[in-house]
Amino acid sequence: MNFDFTEEQTMIKDSVSRFVRDEYDFDTRRTIVESDEGISRKFWSMFAELGWLSVPFAEEYGGFGGTVEDIAAVMEELGKGIVVEPYASTVVVFGGLLAASDNSALKAEVIPSIIDGSCMGSLASTEAQSRYEMSDVATTATASDGGYKINGEKTVVANGGTANKFIVTARHAGDQFDRAGISLFLVDASAPGVEVKSYKMMDGQSAATVTFKDVMVPASQLLNAAGEGMDLIDQVMPQILMGLSAEALGIMSTLNTATVEYTKVRQQFDTPISSFQVLQHRMVDTFMACEQTKSMLYRGLCQAGEDDSAALLKTVHALKATVARYGRLIGEEAIQIHGGIGMTDELNIGHFVKRLMMINVTFGDGDYHQKKFNQLSYSA
Amino acid sequence: MDINFSAEDLAFRDEVRDFFTTEFDASIAAELSGAQGTDYKGAIVAWQKKLHAKGWIAPGWPKEYGGTDWSSTQKFIYETERGLAGIPDVVPFGLKMVAPVIYTFGNEEQKARFLPRILESEDWWCQGYSEPGAGSDLAALNTTADYAGDNYIVNGRKIWTTFAQYADWIFCLVRTSKGMRKQQGISFLLIDMNTPGITVKPIVTIDGKHSLNEVLFEDVKVPTDNLIGEQDKGWTYAKALLAHERTGMAEVADSTRMLNSLKQRASVEVNGGNAMIDDPIFQMRLSDIEMELMALEYTELRVFASMAAGGMPGPESSLLKIKGTEISQSIHELQLQLASFYGGALPENLNADELGHDFAFEARGKYMYGRAATIYGGSNEVQRNVIAKAVLGL
Repeated sequence: MNFDFTEEQTMIKDSVSRFVRDEYDFDTRRTIVESDEGISRKFWSMFAELGWLSVPFAEEYGGFGGTVEDIAAVMEELGKGIVVEPYASTVVVFGGLLAASDNSALKAEVIPSIIDGSCMGSLASTEAQSRYEMSDVATTATASDGGYKINGEKTVVANGGTANKFIVTARHAGDQFDRAGISLFLVDASAPGVEVKSYKMMDGQSAATVTFKDVMVPASQLLNAAGEGMDLIDQVMPQILMGLSAEALGIMSTLNTATVEYTKVRQQFDTPISSFQVLQHRMVDTFMACEQTKSMLYRGLCQAGEDDSAALLKTVHALKATVARYGRLIGEEAIQIHGGIGMTDELNIGHFVKRLMMINVTFGDGDYHQKKFNQLSYSA
Repeated sequence: MDINFSAEDLAFRDEVRDFFTTEFDASIAAELSGAQGTDYKGAIVAWQKKLHAKGWIAPGWPKEYGGTDWSSTQKFIYETERGLAGIPDVVPFGLKMVAPVIYTFGNEEQKARFLPRILESEDWWCQGYSEPGAGSDLAALNTTADYAGDNYIVNGRKIWTTFAQYADWIFCLVRTSKGMRKQQGISFLLIDMNTPGITVKPIVTIDGKHSLNEVLFEDVKVPTDNLIGEQDKGWTYAKALLAHERTGMAEVADSTRMLNSLKQRASVEVNGGNAMIDDPIFQMRLSDIEMELMALEYTELRVFASMAAGGMPGPESSLLKIKGTEISQSIHELQLQLASFYGGALPENLNADELGHDFAFEARGKYMYGRAATIYGGSNEVQRNVIAKAVLGL
């Protein structure tokens, strides 16, 4: 039994941690968020040089050959700096799907460009009506000239404005809600018929509405066999959810630490407010919330290494629901205990909270995942 | 990260499982239920003697005094298997509370006199700590022990004394000196319950049962041989014991078993012909608890892993008691909700078969008595004070 990160994982964790501490203070982040692109290309190149972009990829493509534990180690530290560069959307989601696909030609072509920092990518799956159901896909892929023609609109695509490539969910068979008949296509952002409208999100990251109008895609751009896209998404989703939860954990622990420290220096009624028992008990509750979230993440990381996908799936649903519940508790308590200053845009607290809020609604909110958990646990 | 046990540890787990399956039968469980006409004391003593015969009665003790010499992993496995099998813990007052004080702070004569009889379950012990005016603020205690040659003369009242009605001995915190800081001047005294001047008064609790008592001391003569360690140093010894009491209170295995039984029942209990477990709102209440327990299981494993590696438990250990008791209470709550108004019926002149919901009596009793879990062993509010100070530095 062992809950420690390996020496290698600790090294990469420390390297991300040092970056956040030494190079990514809150003012730097604010300048980046307010820039035109909303991300720093300079830092992205640095991530490539430091090897962070290679973490989940196999060594045959020049990758680090890491596991979900490595991803979690990096994501937790990125969370502590609310880093806006698109690590989750490019490396964990887009890269994760690509790494798990069985199209080796495509992998050999694209993965090295993710690793060297030249390719940013994003999963374009959500539509105006789809909310959290990944298999609610109205975008179509019709067979045409030995390939496919894609038509449809994807909304709030993470990092859509800076992505060079998209993995697009499109339907070539079945009805709008059918799991079967959905395929995953790799599509260039610059392909004819692709239109990208980018906008800022409340967490400082950006998203885009991506429209596909008669976009021609050769069959060689299919990630897996046609119609089997959802299987690939289901396969990678636990890793994605654990990565996002690790980022949330980093944010939650940062908020807790900041709040505790603030109460020690903030004086009211001639005494530090940390001396008030009503505040102490609330901070104990947020401390416990953070530890329980960490335990649930570790449960998932342990189970990911075992051969029991049913147990793992239950855990990741529980994990995302826990992140939602305790993320909100910790975020709201951080603002409340900071008082008026916690309401200001100038202080970093609100920005950490807004990233937690966006993580909550990414790939299913707490209620969505708790309902899935219930279906797996209590249905005959 | 992994939670794998070694082959030796897995073999040990099988041995423990086998022993529990063959030795703890349904008749013992029935006697321990506390239902009318059962003999709790006789049954638990008989079970403890079985454990002693096997050599497993005192896993926490050092080997030289009769402990098992198990690794911390083996102790963890043993406790987990016990909880999952639904086997009650040994009565803690002798084996887990006073014995560690005796073998740590007592003299050789005291060790030889008391420890073997505790191992053999020949003496039943109870704990004389709380007083009417000293609950969470334990150091405010007022029971006095005045030095008089070979004896102390003890006067005062102890309260919430579990199973004093069965006890042969009581270990007490008493005030031997006044006029200093309230934590000073306290001594740790062992008192024979048969000494003249001791009166035990039952306290019936809100579950309708009698396990708690008030113990009155009126000019009770206690030989000075029964003083543990030095006079006026009792608080130090008691604090060591309290730390002992507060570990291992997450009771994850017990809660897991209770939750599984609750799910089982919810698939049988119906409303409008539909099983309660299919009700979406009931499912949400179930998973609120189950998810918290899944996390706590790993919090406990994290604590255990750092101790097994020879380190001190991290700050996460401090939440085990709070979360563990909150979870067990929430299971009791949902169980009673499932029992609905059937759970209001009292067993005096009704048996469970007639009622049609055989878990309903137990659900009520467990809920009512279970309220104590967040009060004893340092109330959960005191626990939060401790974390605020020790972990958060507030």
